[in-house]
Amino acid sequence: MKVTFKIWRQEGPNDKGAIRAYEVDGLTEDMSFLEALDHLNELLVLKDEKVIAFEYDCREGICGQCGVFINGRAHGPHDHMTTCQLHMRSFKEGDTIVVEPWRAASFPVIKDLIVDRSAFDRIIEQGAFISAKTGTAPEANAIPIPKAVSDRAMDAAACIGCGACVATCKNSSAALFTSAKINHLNGLPQGRAEEHKRVAEMTYQMEIEGFGSCTFTGACEVECPEGISIINIAEMNARVTKAKVLG
Amino acid sequence: MKLDAKIPEGKLEDKWRNYQIKSQLINPANKKKLNVIVVGSGLSGAGAAATLAELGYDVKCFCYQDSARRAHSVAAQGGINAAKNYQHDGDSVWRMFYDTLKGGDFRSREANTYRLAELSAPLIDHYVQQGVPFAREYGGTLVNRSFGGVQVQRTFYARGQTGQQLLMAAYSQLYKMVRAKKVEMFPRSEMLDLVVIDGKAKGIIVRDLVTGELKRHAADAVILATGGYSRVFRLSTLAIGCNGSALWKAHKKGALFGAPSFTQIHPTALPQSSEAQSKLTLMSESLRNDGRIWVPNQKEDARKANTIPEEERDYYLERRYPSFGNLAPRDIASRAAKERIDAGYGVGRLKNAVYLDFKHAIEKFGLETIKDRYGNLFKMYKKITGIDAYQEPMQISPAAHFSMGGLWVDYELMTTIPGLYAVGECNFSDHGANRLGANSLLQASVDGYFILPNTINNYLADEMKSDHPTIDHPEFDKAVEEVKSNIDRILAINGTKTVDHFHRELGKVMWQECAMSRNKAGLEKAISQIKEIRDAFWSDVKVTGDSNELNTELEKALRLADFIELGILMCTDALERDESCGAHFREEFQTEDGEAVRVDADYSYVSAWEYDNGDFKLHKEALEFEFVKPSVRSYK
Repeated sequence: MKVTFKIWRQEGPNDKGAIRAYEVDGLTEDMSFLEALDHLNELLVLKDEKVIAFEYDCREGICGQCGVFINGRAHGPHDHMTTCQLHMRSFKEGDTIVVEPWRAASFPVIKDLIVDRSAFDRIIEQGAFISAKTGTAPEANAIPIPKAVSDRAMDAAACIGCGACVATCKNSSAALFTSAKINHLNGLPQGRAEEHKRVAEMTYQMEIEGFGSCTFTGACEVECPEGISIINIAEMNARVTKAKVLG
Repeated sequence: MKLDAKIPEGKLEDKWRNYQIKSQLINPANKKKLNVIVVGSGLSGAGAAATLAELGYDVKCFCYQDSARRAHSVAAQGGINAAKNYQHDGDSVWRMFYDTLKGGDFRSREANTYRLAELSAPLIDHYVQQGVPFAREYGGTLVNRSFGGVQVQRTFYARGQTGQQLLMAAYSQLYKMVRAKKVEMFPRSEMLDLVVIDGKAKGIIVRDLVTGELKRHAADAVILATGGYSRVFRLSTLAIGCNGSALWKAHKKGALFGAPSFTQIHPTALPQSSEAQSKLTLMSESLRNDGRIWVPNQKEDARKANTIPEEERDYYLERRYPSFGNLAPRDIASRAAKERIDAGYGVGRLKNAVYLDFKHAIEKFGLETIKDRYGNLFKMYKKITGIDAYQEPMQISPAAHFSMGGLWVDYELMTTIPGLYAVGECNFSDHGANRLGANSLLQASVDGYFILPNTINNYLADEMKSDHPTIDHPEFDKAVEEVKSNIDRILAINGTKTVDHFHRELGKVMWQECAMSRNKAGLEKAISQIKEIRDAFWSDVKVTGDSNELNTELEKALRLADFIELGILMCTDALERDESCGAHFREEFQTEDGEAVRVDADYSYVSAWEYDNGDFKLHKEALEFEFVKPSVRSYK
């Protein structure tokens, strides 16, 4: 299988960057998209060129480290999938595949396809935890949590922190990411004690980081590998109001 | 060298308490004056860093990923064991201890294994408190399921994403302490050397993966929490960045390496489909609760799975191990799959897989129940293979997975270098020669949250009296120079082959000779082949780019250089052990029907290897069984 990759190359944060084209032969449909990039990188090394910097780790769709724009879509042509789960069978012989990094002011490019998503960590730092120390826990079954409540928390907690929601959003909003974490913790009895403070501080940090506002287009939900629903954003907004009144 | 495991006295159930009573303490005002380095941010690393910070220590935590939340604990799917006996099915700490000891084929310490079981129940309490959305019954109580090698239901889970949910809890707690300014977090940082001053671990050298800068960090103690090293096989279930370099540097600086060859081959991963493949995705062991494993009973059967009638299927695990059936432990299930595949009964395009079939479970429980239990695993299977496993059986195959081996540690989780600790998968402690499913998240968490924070005081209390190390000590200069010259040497080779080329070569040798089945001639051959690969690597590898920039190719090369040396040690260890135990199956030592033959009289010890200028010297920690009698490990 032969394709042409058009890939964003950028030496560093201050470099202007440009798209470069690479014709790659010898691919197979079984290869994952990232394995095709591995293959290209091996060819580049043998041609004495610098490899394309791109991110990955687990390569099974759970760590959230991979993520690029492929032909104008976050994580490629399918809904609810990470870049590492994409395979070359999704492309045709002779295709041109355009690969770009996440584009968002809050995710500055570090090199080529690698961006800095540490803004997410800083949102987590502002209250995405339960302030209980190791060693202070009561017996696990002491507080029953109905299955429906636990399942809803799990739906939100499934977020892998890849940033596709931000990258695909026309406003570069981090509302899906932030709301998923807030609803996970605020939905559980263990998270109640700090619910208002958590909402206020995490959403404030989201603004400080420069993420845009949500205008409910629903684009994020489609690209989210875990299919996290935008209902979470509506719920977060209600919690923000509630926190202002009660917090 | 006399290896002292420092097992506390008393009855098995009293040992941990007896230890804690006698251990030295440090008052809160003094803890503030002590610095601790944690390398790795998975369950053991993040758990240790957060808890030590809560206790008052100043902590620096390092990871190579872009965020602590990516650590490979995230990928564990199926669950975490705990002796809660919520199912009222006869479980107890003792039974869990015994299952784990037997699961490891009596090649771990009684006291460590007992403590693992003992601390499992409070760990579930801890995670629930931290907001882990474990699976629940309609009435609100916690649900359990079974994992391999046990006959009770003691596994807690959060869909098929248990590792992710536990890691999110640990990562949250870690960032709580970052906010409290008690933990300083260093992502995109890789440890490239350990600094030892006057025989004690006092710091590390780290490469900033963005700028390439080598940085020095000093501390009163260093904790390695760097996970497993099964990427030595190249194809494994591990994340691509997982590596053995921190361990290897520590080993070269004097830390003994325990049971390096004990590697778990997981029976249910997706089969390899091409040479270019970089990763074998795991399908959770939990699937074996309801899925049945089979191959056709005719060789090279070309029919579609669904058209093969029941009487022409060989449910080989149920046939060979009727009392555990599809939930036989991993080493046994993997070997049984290999036996069928080697005998010509494999399925799939490359005939390298077996079926995992949910037809009967769907008939019995209904599609919705199976979806509720394993929905995300079936989705993941479909994304990767394009196949709907509700309609036809999954195809699975064994893959390199967990490292039971690791740095040798005593009861306090300290290595043979004072002040250097190893927690989680990177140590050799509780799992013996084979780890039971859902004990990995458990061990990593218990080490990080509960054990280390209670043992490190015992060392640091004495360190209070000595001077704090500084980064201008000559040992730091020396270590930086070594790292720098190693990097320069690799970049200067400018050969003709890529790093991945050599990694594929190494992987082939390791998988062929040092995986599920081993023999003397093969291991001897492997050692000489790996030495050839090493020489070829150091004369013909090509790495482009520079050291003072983000250079993923250089990162890979540095990791591979260490994997190659580690591979030699793994084969050396496997060759030395003239017996079969757990995952270590030496073909010369088996019964007529292919079961492992353990040789307790000669090999009831933990091998602990000392690095000796490119050679390895064996030390032995004898395993004394005071409370249970090692028996023939049978799952029939």
